[in-house]
Amino acid sequence: MQSLSNKSKVVSDKPMTFMERLYLPAVFGGMWITFKHLFKKHNTIKFPEKQRIFAPVYRGQHVLKRDEKGRENCTACGLCAVACPAEAITMTSAERKKGEEHLYREEKYASMYEINMLRCIFCGLCEEACPKEAIFLTDRLVPTEFERKDFIYGKDKLVESKENPIDISLRQHTGKRTEK
Amino acid sequence: MNELKQQKISLNPELSKETIDGEIATLNLGPTHPATHGIFQNILRVDGEKILSSVQTVGYIHRAFEKLAERRSYNQITTITDRLNYCSSPINNMGWEMTVEKLIAADIPKKVDYMRVIIMELARIADHLICNSVIGVDTGALTGFTYVFQEREKIYELFEEVCGARLTTNIGRIGGFERDFSPTFHQKLKSFLKTFPKVFNEFDSLLSRNRIFMDRTKNTGPISVERALDFGFTGPNLRAAGLDYDVRNMNPYSSYQDFDFIIPVGVQGDTYDRFMVRQEEIRQSLKIIEQAYSNIPEGNYHADIPDFYLPNKEMVYNNMEALIYHFKIVMGETPVPVGEVYHSVEGGNGELGFHLISDGGRTPYRLQFRRPCFIYYQAYPEMITGQSISDAVLTLSSLNVIAGELDA
Ligand code: SF4
Ligand code: SF4
Repeated sequence: MQSLSNKSKVVSDKPMTFMERLYLPAVFGGMWITFKHLFKKHNTIKFPEKQRIFAPVYRGQHVLKRDEKGRENCTACGLCAVACPAEAITMTSAERKKGEEHLYREEKYASMYEINMLRCIFCGLCEEACPKEAIFLTDRLVPTEFERKDFIYGKDKLVESKENPIDISLRQHTGKRTEK
Repeated sequence: MNELKQQKISLNPELSKETIDGEIATLNLGPTHPATHGIFQNILRVDGEKILSSVQTVGYIHRAFEKLAERRSYNQITTITDRLNYCSSPINNMGWEMTVEKLIAADIPKKVDYMRVIIMELARIADHLICNSVIGVDTGALTGFTYVFQEREKIYELFEEVCGARLTTNIGRIGGFERDFSPTFHQKLKSFLKTFPKVFNEFDSLLSRNRIFMDRTKNTGPISVERALDFGFTGPNLRAAGLDYDVRNMNPYSSYQDFDFIIPVGVQGDTYDRFMVRQEEIRQSLKIIEQAYSNIPEGNYHADIPDFYLPNKEMVYNNMEALIYHFKIVMGETPVPVGEVYHSVEGGNGELGFHLISDGGRTPYRLQFRRPCFIYYQAYPEMITGQSISDAVLTLSSLNVIAGELDA
């Protein structure tokens, strides 16, 4: 067959040398390499006592952020659900009543917000789609459960707790929002 | 006479089972055989260890990607391509993005091209490392596999720095990257380029010139270049048969013409050839990464296509026009030209093509993936006929048939 480029090189036609013909050098060479590895640093990590540090942009479990006053950012616009290729997000919206201004930042909010973690493929498109800096993926992993219904995360699991806020300042999709 | 027997067996297995001395057995290799590394079923007719004929089954993990893609907007389809050849998802992702860029005739900055080359070649290294170390495992040499997997881990960490995930990367966007390479990425890449050759050479010295390995893999599952072309082979498997066809060279995309690399070819298309071709390709990939990384031009990490690339978040939060565009892009309501394009990239496993027909709507009218594994698998029964069962396992792993890409 004629060559299609002038860059080709045959790589597997080298005949065996005398040394290679003798089985033993290869066998002992291999043993020697294995032996050397006995004394090398181990590459494994003793999970869960020790954990690997994830990249700041890691796509793990979602969080619904609160703003600096502790109000929920999400306005139930539904853009994350539209962007989701796995159709994992559902929500219902409700109007903010008088006296709830300390709970929700916008006039409309999500009264119910669910992500089905069994459907979710952790692609990060919801985070990218959100125009209200409300949903972010974090470097936390979704724990295992025994029943399917436990994988449907509602607002109780998704909204970040006030006592224990999650730092997302190193993620890419965080611009500054100027208060109007 | 023997030939006649064989023909008869392949024509009417039930009959021949009775007529010949009754020693022909049917063996199910798969669907979930631990040695096949995936969901493959092969119904073999064996005489002792020797395979007389085989019928392969496809579709065990068929997920209807082409149909799914008809209901997904262009941005969402990237996540589907992740799951084709999951050993080198970034190549699939970027192949798809380049296909859309071809359709919308976007002008891509040189810097994006170079960044893509770096990521794609890293993915190729990871893909070939898996394939070659698994060839080692199937010949009984497990040790090499455990050594190189640490390096693959480092490549996955590099992906994680860029996109946030390791296996199903969803890396890049139409028009470029979602973010620039971070300082940690630079640091990790530099250390990878420094340490990898040493580990790789050690792996190479374990197998490449080891007589036990050579005796085992030479003449195992060979295919001639003519037959390979008849089936439509591409990639390392065609090159192992002796033809230097490489999409990166024949039809350069993403500025591959800027880089200097050689195309390794084999002699007779057997397992040893495939192994050696992949080994050399890893070295060449490393060379390409070094060239691309040292010459990475200044510029922006994404193209200036406001119809497809999401505006900066800061603008979205504060500026009405940007917000409207943001909604339009996410909902897939920006105008897409009507047209038909084909774009192919040199995937980890061969020519990975995307045939996209757009009717101007939110989703593709039709999208077809040219999946190299699907093509290799057609040739598989022919390649293993007359070989032994353990050769069949070795042939499958050296063809690097990935179930996700086979069944799509
Ligand atoms: S990460 Fe992806 S799949 Fe999961 S909820 Fe968000 S958009 Fe959907
Ligand atoms: S999380 Fe963001 S995108 Fe989703 S509904 Fe709330 S505000 Fe909209």
